Amino acid sequence: AGHGSGPAEDGAPPAPARVLFPPTFSVSEIKNKQRRHFMFLRWKQQQRKEKLAAKKKRRKEREALGDKAPPKAIPKTIENQRVYDETTVDPNDEEVAFDEATDEFAPYFNRQTVPKILITTSDRPRGRTVRFCEQLSTVIPNSHVYYRRGLALKRIIPQCIARDFTDLMVINEDRKIPNGLVLSHLPDGPTAHFRMSSVRLRKEIKRKGKEPTEHVPEVILNNFTTRLGHSIGRMFASLFPHDPQFIGRQVATFHNQRDYIFFRFHRYIFKSEKKVGIQELGPRFTLKLRSLQKGTFDSKFGEYEWIHKRREMDTNRRKFHL
Amino acid sequence: RTKTQNFCRNEYNLTGLCNRSSCPLANSQYATIREEKGRCYLYMKVIERAPFPRRLWERVLLSKNYEKALEEIDENLIYWPRFIRHKCKQRFTKITQYLIRIRKLTLKRQRKLVPLRRKIERREKRREEKALIAAQLDNAIEKELLERLKQDTYGDIYNFPIHAFDKALQQQDAESESESDAEKEEDDEEMDKREFVEADDSDLSDFEDMDKLETSEEEQEEEEEVEEKASHSKSKGKTPLKGPARRKRPYIEIEYEEETEPTTKTKAV
Repeated sequence: AGHGSGPAEDGAPPAPARVLFPPTFSVSEIKNKQRRHFMFLRWKQQQRKEKLAAKKKRRKEREALGDKAPPKAIPKTIENQRVYDETTVDPNDEEVAFDEATDEFAPYFNRQTVPKILITTSDRPRGRTVRFCEQLSTVIPNSHVYYRRGLALKRIIPQCIARDFTDLMVINEDRKIPNGLVLSHLPDGPTAHFRMSSVRLRKEIKRKGKEPTEHVPEVILNNFTTRLGHSIGRMFASLFPHDPQFIGRQVATFHNQRDYIFFRFHRYIFKSEKKVGIQELGPRFTLKLRSLQKGTFDSKFGEYEWIHKRREMDTNRRKFHL
Repeated sequence: RTKTQNFCRNEYNLTGLCNRSSCPLANSQYATIREEKGRCYLYMKVIERAPFPRRLWERVLLSKNYEKALEEIDENLIYWPRFIRHKCKQRFTKITQYLIRIRKLTLKRQRKLVPLRRKIERREKRREEKALIAAQLDNAIEKELLERLKQDTYGDIYNFPIHAFDKALQQQDAESESESDAEKEEDDEEMDKREFVEADDSDLSDFEDMDKLETSEEEQEEEEEVEEKASHSKSKGKTPLKGPARRKRPYIEIEYEEETEPTTKTKAV
């Protein structure tokens, strides 16, 4: 009876209060598109109603039980369901601690070296990239921007080492927007190649803050759990001088989520003991790691520690590497 | 097709335009320059070989030396019409010029174009958006900052009455009990506590916090900086209570004096 009323009322009739769909009937069997669409909408509405009713019932039961109610079910998220990565670092792992004490960042973490960074771009940077470089250099203390007019990377690296730079950042550009970042730790350090996306310059961020000052910001590194993530995190940490100046109240955050690293730069203020306000200043961008090389930048002969292999790594939605 | 002339599609054409005088098919005596793999050859066609299509075009290798090659062309095309000779030399000049340019360019870095895959780009963008939503960056940053505040990485700067006061009271009681042994024990305990707490934290902040603890201690000792902070924070509308937190200082100074001597010297200068 309910089924018969459907095709008879075409156009936009109000749906009856209780429509009976015979169990063998499937909405996709109707050949007429308009009718099929209509029946599908009605079916959807019915589903939603049923779901709402079920929810209400469950909530009533929970209230009725009171304290004896079973605990709320935790919804499944991708982070919950993440495939366990065997290279996850345990905070108490000695081997990792030993490795980190002897790897290339050890002098930085032992306070022996002060970071000095060279920011450059690919050939012929366009306006947006140039401005982004400038802003980046204000965010990272002790950094210098040099333009590259046709100089080969392999040749400027020894020059940089001679002038005591600790890190080299190359921002690659495509169609007037920055889209890649090569970060290499200079005295023979690892080189990481990232794909950069959603770059927002300072004027595009909705905030009313002033520019970042010259104070050394703090660094927050979130969610770098695996070995690979650990080394990348240390790379980021070594960009900033090790003694943050808390008067500046600035903080640079590298947050890793599902293999995307989000960079933000904020100024914080503690309104009370339990409340902090943050105001975003400074550019923001997201990075996705493409490859990590052992030595300094060398596309042909470098030894790759990790490459993103699309066919193997992108297929599983629950598996992340950083 | 330009306004006045067509282009000729024949590969043996000398000028590239379709005229009666420069068509290799229309003229029974013709010559061209063509280059293969960086070497230039002079191709000639004469009427005697017209019935033998396979042997029609005679090929002569020209020397790499520019002037010598020009002489060779002259030599081979002696008694040939002026037009063909002239055009051959012109063509040869042009070809050598662009070969030189190719060689120069290959020495410089070449831009390698990597094609984007649209489906993959879209996928990555979508995943990034979802990750951004899942990340809840603001909350995460705020939480982290509050944690650092709790763990005293900021030390003396922020004074919130309840928290710091209680802590200071606790430590004052501890001081009054016994001498440096107790203090040192407490310090060790605090250090242990700190280490223990940090181990629970997310991983990298371990190193950060450890070092920042030290730095905060260093900074506490600087009078100027304290005043700066006071003035700075007052300008932001906070009124820090210096009293309770100050009691923490003396015994911590004992702990870290040696380490920070060099830095204090430099800072004083």
